[in-house]
Amino acid sequence: MEHTSLLERILRGIALTLVVIFFMFPIVWIFMMSFQTNETILRIPPQLVFKPTLANYTALITGKLTTAAGTLDIAFMRNLWNSVFLSVTSVAVALLLGVPAAYAFARHKFRGSEDIAFTLLSFRFAPALLVLLPLTLYFQKLGLANTYIGLIWVYQLICLPLILWIVRGYFEDIPADIEYAYRIAGHSWFATFRKIALPLAGPGIAAAGLLAFIFAWNNFVFALVLASADKQPVTVGALAFITSSGIQYGQISAAIVLSITPTLALALYAQRYLVEGLSLGAVKG
Amino acid sequence: MTAATMQRNRPSGFRISKRVLPYVLSLPALLVCIGILIPFFTSVVYSFQRYRLSQPWARQFNWGDNYISFFTDPRFWNTLEISLLYAGITVLLELLLGLGIAMLLQKRSTLNNFISIMLLMPLMTAPALAALMWKLMTNPGFGVLSYLASLIGLHDFRWASSPSTALFTVVLVDIWVYTPFIMILLLAGLRSLPTQPFEAAALDGVPRSFVFFRITLPMLTPYILTATLFRLLDSIQQFDIIYAMTQGGPGDTLTVFQVEAYLNFFQSTNVGRSAALMIILWAITYFLSNIFIKNWLRLRERARGQA
Repeated sequence: MEHTSLLERILRGIALTLVVIFFMFPIVWIFMMSFQTNETILRIPPQLVFKPTLANYTALITGKLTTAAGTLDIAFMRNLWNSVFLSVTSVAVALLLGVPAAYAFARHKFRGSEDIAFTLLSFRFAPALLVLLPLTLYFQKLGLANTYIGLIWVYQLICLPLILWIVRGYFEDIPADIEYAYRIAGHSWFATFRKIALPLAGPGIAAAGLLAFIFAWNNFVFALVLASADKQPVTVGALAFITSSGIQYGQISAAIVLSITPTLALALYAQRYLVEGLSLGAVKG
Repeated sequence: MTAATMQRNRPSGFRISKRVLPYVLSLPALLVCIGILIPFFTSVVYSFQRYRLSQPWARQFNWGDNYISFFTDPRFWNTLEISLLYAGITVLLELLLGLGIAMLLQKRSTLNNFISIMLLMPLMTAPALAALMWKLMTNPGFGVLSYLASLIGLHDFRWASSPSTALFTVVLVDIWVYTPFIMILLLAGLRSLPTQPFEAAALDGVPRSFVFFRITLPMLTPYILTATLFRLLDSIQQFDIIYAMTQGGPGDTLTVFQVEAYLNFFQSTNVGRSAALMIILWAITYFLSNIFIKNWLRLRERARGQA
């Protein structure tokens, strides 16, 4: 074991503390703001001790904000529902399309397979607006503008490459001999896929799905360009908040908290797979 | 098992379906993506056209005019400069910080693992929402960071709303969101390094700086390259943080490629210029992604080898 002096241990401790403060402070602070009234928020210096209120959350959840000037409608619950619906459906579609393709790429080296796989990967790195801006004009002609179907289709750009490349890695990790033995026993390839490959790659598929969900949920630019207010997810909806009159800072904070909680919770749940997912399967955690 | 032995040993009766099967399995995924390729070619066409949504009747091919006019267009040079500057600064700072933090957390302990999981939270926050969080914290009226800045004598620090500090502010948000990305990849890299060289160096009493520069860094290089290129590819295309924070402002301070293309398209409805901008950005990312994929493949093979 290497010897560490007391001074070094203290310095390390200080450095780590600063790191934790820098990365955690914004989340903690917005969380605290979401339980404050506008009067507390506007007080200077900022208050560390306050009487928490749930008013911001009730305003968001009931969709009605009562102020001195009258009642205001907030459509945030609609945004939240859009986020859930768009992310869940996009991931479901991406799994349906991506898992068989990943299996094909992992098990069969067919002509053009690597080219196709890399083309799919390259979507991950192309500038989104390159495709999105002409797509708005096409979508208007096709009647896909501001529809869930159009959005879910475009969301495949995020979900498919991720699922394809991660799940492919998990299929490659399964020894081909196991599947082969099952085939020898007279089972069809589909039975082999369903009874052997899918269960063995199951945890990896689940993790890829969770990650794809996080990325779909966090996406901003697709819906900003292609969706209007009634189809917008939280990322776009929350931004509209800050410019709309009458909404208070406490409600914006509460909206942010509600919007980031699902992804943070999923990330903590799936953290074992995050390294692999974030590097598209290049690095194992 | 090699492909040849698999073919020799496979059960008979599947000859045709076996050859077609992989295509059948991957076709749906491919078809969905081909729909996306069409707009890409449309972008190429638009970039060679004089095309304004406000004057659809004047739409015609002007061939390279959109590109040639960039040479004398200060707004374009500003876009190029600010995009490269943004990508360069964010990636460099995130790399240094990420490497530092990864080394602090290298030793496996409950506390270190706990901290590294906590640090994932900014990365899992939607960048657009992260920008919104920082916008609330830097609000000149009540923002806690504005208050803290005033405590150290910066009484009128305008953060993202002043041209002189706007870049600093968005870079700060980018660092907050993406440093954990580099940190987590390098941490995985550090922990996968073989221990023998380090034990040998410790036995021989080799100085720490020598160990770092001659053993740790060279062995970590593939991880550093992959993480850096990955981030460069994303950072040169940054849209969410900048748009959510300042919409490219104040003025044209932060009109990076994607923000400028978005504003060109939706505000000045100049589709031709917007498309030409995107093609140039695409050329840059295409070049970077080719280097990236080479490194990424090398790492991926290594990771598969470990399994």
